Amino acid sequence: MNAKISIRGLTKTFGEGAAAVQALAGIDLDIFDNEFVTFVGASGCGKSTLLRTIGGLEWHDGGELAVSGHSVAGPGADRAMVFQHYSLYPWLSVMDNIKWCRRLKVHTAERTMSDVEAASGRADALLRLMGLAHAGDAYPNQLSGGMQQRVAIARALMPKPEILLMDEPFGALDAQTREVMHDLIRHVHKIEKTTIAFVTHDVEEAIYLGNRVVLMAPRPGRIAQIYDVPLPAQRDQDMKHAPEFLALKKEILARIRETSGMKTDFELLEKLNQPTS
Amino acid sequence: MAVPQRNMGPGFWAIRAPISSRRYWLLALVGLLLPLGLWWGVAALELMDKVFMPSPADVARRLVTWATEDELLGDVSISVYRVVAGWALSAVIAVPLGLMIGTWRPVQALLEPLTDFIRYMPAVAFIPLVMLWIGIEESSKIAIIFIGTFFQMVLMVAEDVRRVPAAQVEAAQTLGASRGEIVEQVLLQSAKPALLDTLRITMGWAWTYLVVAELVAANSGLGYSILKAQRFMQTDKIFAGILLIGAIGLVIDQLFRAMHRKSFPWLHFK
Ligand SMILES: Nc1ncnc2c1ncn2[C@@H]1O[C@H](COP(=O)(O)OP(=O)(O)OP(=O)(O)O)[C@@H](O)[C@H]1O
Ligand SMILES: [Mg+2]
Repeated sequence: MNAKISIRGLTKTFGEGAAAVQALAGIDLDIFDNEFVTFVGASGCGKSTLLRTIGGLEWHDGGELAVSGHSVAGPGADRAMVFQHYSLYPWLSVMDNIKWCRRLKVHTAERTMSDVEAASGRADALLRLMGLAHAGDAYPNQLSGGMQQRVAIARALMPKPEILLMDEPFGALDAQTREVMHDLIRHVHKIEKTTIAFVTHDVEEAIYLGNRVVLMAPRPGRIAQIYDVPLPAQRDQDMKHAPEFLALKKEILARIRETSGMKTDFELLEKLNQPTS
Repeated sequence: MAVPQRNMGPGFWAIRAPISSRRYWLLALVGLLLPLGLWWGVAALELMDKVFMPSPADVARRLVTWATEDELLGDVSISVYRVVAGWALSAVIAVPLGLMIGTWRPVQALLEPLTDFIRYMPAVAFIPLVMLWIGIEESSKIAIIFIGTFFQMVLMVAEDVRRVPAAQVEAAQTLGASRGEIVEQVLLQSAKPALLDTLRITMGWAWTYLVVAELVAANSGLGYSILKAQRFMQTDKIFAGILLIGAIGLVIDQLFRAMHRKSFPWLHFK
């Protein structure tokens, strides 16, 4: 089977000379069609950089990166990205945000009447799928954070991208809203057959969503391990309490702690509390 | 027994608390009338010679004679014309240029340090050059106002464009937008409210250059009238001219604000 996204020896360095930071060092990874791969790892290990490189928003300086067999040369309509926030267009209504790609040449090159109808049908369906049917005419800043992220996801799905890249899309949401979003995105993954690469700092989220969890380690950014998630395709919230789920979570958390290089310095904490003499 | 406390809403000094529009306009009126009252009081006490400190009534009378026996309307319209023309000429060039500087780093590198350099040069000092190069016609007055506003405007427009969140641009890129589509459909649209504010603020600056511009061999206009009044010790006319410029500025500013509310409804609901 050919990989949808094929990454070989990918390297990426930010800055020059003494200030240079190697964000990615020799990443090898294949992501297959209709796979849901999640990325976790200590802060600064290069998760965002890897995702943005796949999206064509950053240039790699070594190795190879191919999507659907073609070398990546910049962003493209086949790889839609969902950001943590500030990506919606505040001057457009929710519906116009979702339909935004219809203003672009790539999506309207051969526009026929039935094409237009199908598109507005899809926009309506996405609006309803995201539970936003009543909010189509609202402006983004009239919505809660969770609703805004649902609009962003609907907008990204609108042109039927083959790949969805998500960088901590639920990072700013509360726990209850996140659970709802998790089941929603799994559902989308199933019906749209989208290949999804999803970055998070929440290990539970990574396991619950992913078919595979890629654990990355920092300095330099690299893949430490790849875990297969021992859960069926159809997920439900109860699985979070299953022993194999908890075991995997424990193992990944331990590995992150090991690689992050951050420890609580209890001696120093003590000092903070001592009265100055 | 505890007396139930009525919720009085935020206090007068509550930080950033909203106030009713009635209270807003009431306070605005007080803010405008208070100095007027002070002025009236100081003039009525006749602490200073009338030649130096005319009363509000003197100034009002002067405004009437200016309008009936002199060319008040003509002075106002020629000054409005000069300011708006100089400012509009700036805007027509500064907006596209600022858009390019804010969008492309190479353009920024090429033009921004240069603009920064020129903007610190005093516009007044360009008067002799402008007279030599452009002459003493209408265009030279417009040129002074242009020089006074253009360079600031370019930098402000560039900053407005740079403030567009990166995620808005990147979302467009991953939806397949071309470079032109991003400039037109994202950068320009997203920066529009800030651009209108920049235009409003620079319009204010354009007015401050009016008197300077009308130093150049003018024989009409509000700035010119103020300068001429000084020669004849007509302080009431100086007062009238200055107040008139302030009033025109206030009206234009309110027009811009109304346009902002009308054009960008998503920024203005309560
Ligand atoms: N634009 C940039 N310029 C310079 N250095 C950068 C840039 N972006 C990222 N880096 C550096 O590259 C490394 C990886 O950053 P990246 O944002 O990919 O990490 P991350 O895994 O997404 O972290 P987090 O979990 O905190 O989001 C970090 O050391 C970071 O400082
Ligand atoms: Mg990140």
